[in-house]
Amino acid sequence: MRQEEDFEANLAGEEGKSEETRSSWFKRIKKGILTSTADKKETPEGLWSKCPECGYICTVTELRENLFVCPKCNYHHRIGSAEYFEIIFDDNQYDVMFENIRSRDFLQFTDLKSYGKRLEETWAKTDITDSIRIAAGKVDGEGLVTGCMDFEFIGGSLGSVMGERISRAVDFCLERKMPLLIICKSGGARMMESAFSLMQLAKVSGKLSLLTDAKIPYISLLTDPSFGGISASFGMLGDLNIAEPGALIGFAGPRVIRETIKKDLPEGFQRSEFLLEHGFLDFIVHRRELKEKLAQVLRLFRN
Amino acid sequence: MPQDKNRQFLDFEKPIRDLFEDIEKLKASAEKNKVDLTDSIRKLEQQIVEKRREITSQLTPWQKVQLSRHPDRPYTKKYIEKMFTDFVELFGDRNVRDDKAMVGGFASLDGQTVMVIGQQKGSNTKMRQLRNFGMANPEGYRKALRLMKLAEKFNKPVVTLIDTPGAYPGLEAEERGQGEAIARNIYEMMRLKVPVVCVIIGEGASGGALGIGIGDRVFMLENSWYTVISPENCSSILWRSWEQKEKAAEQLKLTPDNMYSFGLIDKIIPEPSGGAHWNYDEAAGNLKPHLKEAIRELLAMDPQTRIEKRIEKFSVMGFWDEMPEPKQEPVTQENDQSNQY
Ligand SMILES: [Zn+2]
Repeated sequence: MRQEEDFEANLAGEEGKSEETRSSWFKRIKKGILTSTADKKETPEGLWSKCPECGYICTVTELRENLFVCPKCNYHHRIGSAEYFEIIFDDNQYDVMFENIRSRDFLQFTDLKSYGKRLEETWAKTDITDSIRIAAGKVDGEGLVTGCMDFEFIGGSLGSVMGERISRAVDFCLERKMPLLIICKSGGARMMESAFSLMQLAKVSGKLSLLTDAKIPYISLLTDPSFGGISASFGMLGDLNIAEPGALIGFAGPRVIRETIKKDLPEGFQRSEFLLEHGFLDFIVHRRELKEKLAQVLRLFRN
Repeated sequence: MPQDKNRQFLDFEKPIRDLFEDIEKLKASAEKNKVDLTDSIRKLEQQIVEKRREITSQLTPWQKVQLSRHPDRPYTKKYIEKMFTDFVELFGDRNVRDDKAMVGGFASLDGQTVMVIGQQKGSNTKMRQLRNFGMANPEGYRKALRLMKLAEKFNKPVVTLIDTPGAYPGLEAEERGQGEAIARNIYEMMRLKVPVVCVIIGEGASGGALGIGIGDRVFMLENSWYTVISPENCSSILWRSWEQKEKAAEQLKLTPDNMYSFGLIDKIIPEPSGGAHWNYDEAAGNLKPHLKEAIRELLAMDPQTRIEKRIEKFSVMGFWDEMPEPKQEPVTQENDQSNQY
């Protein structure tokens, strides 16, 4: 199994082996992203990235300029909400909302660590407040509310905060009559919130039905990986379900399926192209064309 | 219901098995020695009843999970048989095939036609395989949705009986869109114009349960469980070992009393002492009046209000902290009317 397919460790609040190196350079480069444009160019020396797909080695600066897509094989690296917002919103201008809603260890859930401690540790090592950020901005002039998951926050897991933030994003869309995009990147449910995390599938799906009644478009963009409760609810409920190339998308994770059927999984199984072939995606979009394509469909919906 | 001699016993039911064995011995001895041991036997039978009560009064969360999976436990079709009349089973999703892990059809609940749907488990090895251990494929969820839409068309309430260790995690299931099938059901059930009552009668595992679990009322039987992942899988992911399932069951707070205290379910339906497997009639008899009451209440509401309340019911689920929000000026134009929908 490829390291990237093993996202269960991330769901447990631990970083997977391959993720460790990757998120460390993301963190360093993120400092550049979050400060001025001048600093951005100054990638720390010796910062190289190796493509997990084809082995191509390039500087992080080069990779960044290519929107974190391998210049050689088009492998789409995992990126966070800051990167996606920068890619889609005009002039990197957007309003982040509902950041004041924070996770709480209501059940006092303890596995190898307590959930409360895990949250504290995660908050300490990242400036992200939970597994999804909601932002409103313009995409080539078209107003759009976007929820984007951050895989680095407990594997992008779906808990009460994600549910509530999306729920309020829907209210915001209804109020402003703006379309909604959710960029999915998650291993699945946040187990430490037990049944509360399961009920978020119901909560968000119910809220989305209000968008249907108001005839407001909802687009689901599935990126690598999108699993479990995500695909069993709002991930698959878009007026358009679209995906980045090569993203791993499914209900059950590859490990579970392999153990159930006791067979190896075919090449390309659960990848975007596989889902498109089986009729579950409207189209696949390269990260380079994402913004343009979003603006195009938003205009088509509106006019 | 199994004959007493064919009963199967879980580890913690062993004291009951011992009492049954004592009774058998007494009976044999009475037969052999031609003596009347009726009184002694009656005493032991009384002890069995007490033991059953004692065991179910102090179950750990993991033992509740075990009880929900008891091989003698009544499954969906048994409840249908005991609570309804005129059950007409309907098959197929009109697309791929008939999923034997999901059953359903019209039935009469004391004169009121309802659509009853549920996961079905098998009671012996062959049937367990046929029913795929109660793990439905996408076509099972689509069959359920087809039946719900049929009920909606003819304005009949929907009753779902939930009993699944999860949606089937198979290769074809993924090819046919397991996630999409469950998502679609959740979405459509939210908007169903007829009353929906859901009952967890055994295992309520994850999306596989929720896929037929969106109701105006959600009940749980006393010895059932409902949460986001089975204790075994939770143990393997969070503890990196299959050995911590008991701890996982505890931490997940998956029992009916926990779920009720969280406000995630509406009612706990008591089971016969010792569990539903001791008396199918009593188990179904306990549930039936609650179903009838819920349906009566729900039919009195107008459909639009019912749907709004259903959405609202699930919208408030969750827990979070809300920090004071720093006031900041929006950078994008507020209330730009130019490109609204
Ligand atoms: Zn490459």
